[in-house]
Amino acid sequence: MYVWLWRKLPGTTRTKVLTAAVLVAVAVAVLWYVVFPLLEPMVTLDEVTVRK
Amino acid sequence: MAIPDCHMSPEYADRMRAMLRAVGETSITAGLILMLFCAYLLWGTGAYTKSQQVRLQHELAARKEIRTAKPGEPVALLRIPRLGSDYEYAVVEGVDAEHLKKGPGHYPDSAMPGQIGNFAVAGHRTTYAAPFNELDELERDDEIILETREARYTYRVTSHDIVEPDEIDVFAPVPGKPDIRPIRAFITLSTCHPEYSAAQRLVVYGVLKDTEPRKE
Repeated sequence: MYVWLWRKLPGTTRTKVLTAAVLVAVAVAVLWYVVFPLLEPMVTLDEVTVRK
Repeated sequence: MAIPDCHMSPEYADRMRAMLRAVGETSITAGLILMLFCAYLLWGTGAYTKSQQVRLQHELAARKEIRTAKPGEPVALLRIPRLGSDYEYAVVEGVDAEHLKKGPGHYPDSAMPGQIGNFAVAGHRTTYAAPFNELDELERDDEIILETREARYTYRVTSHDIVEPDEIDVFAPVPGKPDIRPIRAFITLSTCHPEYSAAQRLVVYGVLKDTEPRKE
């Protein structure tokens, strides 16, 4: 998967590294700001109330 | 040592290799994403709490009239000197998930600050800025301070306890004694226990020792 992606990236090694870094940053941002906030309510590691 | 004879055709071996690599890469990616998610839970969620606290504390400071807070509104400023001179949280009215994300939450049915009865608060221990992370460090006679428009109420810690998640008696007007009518003002703080678990609750009890009206 990653090898295939690497081959698909255009340009020299330098531009490939830069493009890859940008892609990773975008993926992390999407997870952090969109996906994780949606998943978070399903994780109940930090239940703090006492109730019936 | 002789290499065992392999009866796979080269094409089959290549396919196998590609498949194993894909499985490996997917697993590593999933592992990294899970680690990132843990980091989000521990540190990322705090950003929301911090921004809400700024708003709530500002709202408390600007409040002119004395009135009961609606769900989501700030009730009082909580200070616990043992947990740091800068330990300061606006307690928000309500204990639903949306309220607790903003800061420690006050049980709507429980007493108000300084009132006879029990001021009951719940707060996160590991996520959403973890206001009650160090609740276990409170010792007997430590001060828990609630500041409102009217007065500054100082409670002192009497004891703590580990209880099951459904032992609602800890929030009774007289903590632990639901049948008795209160004659003093108590405070009960609760958070999860053990840390990173939802198995039990850590509870800290206190009683009002001093009320200082605020002068304008």
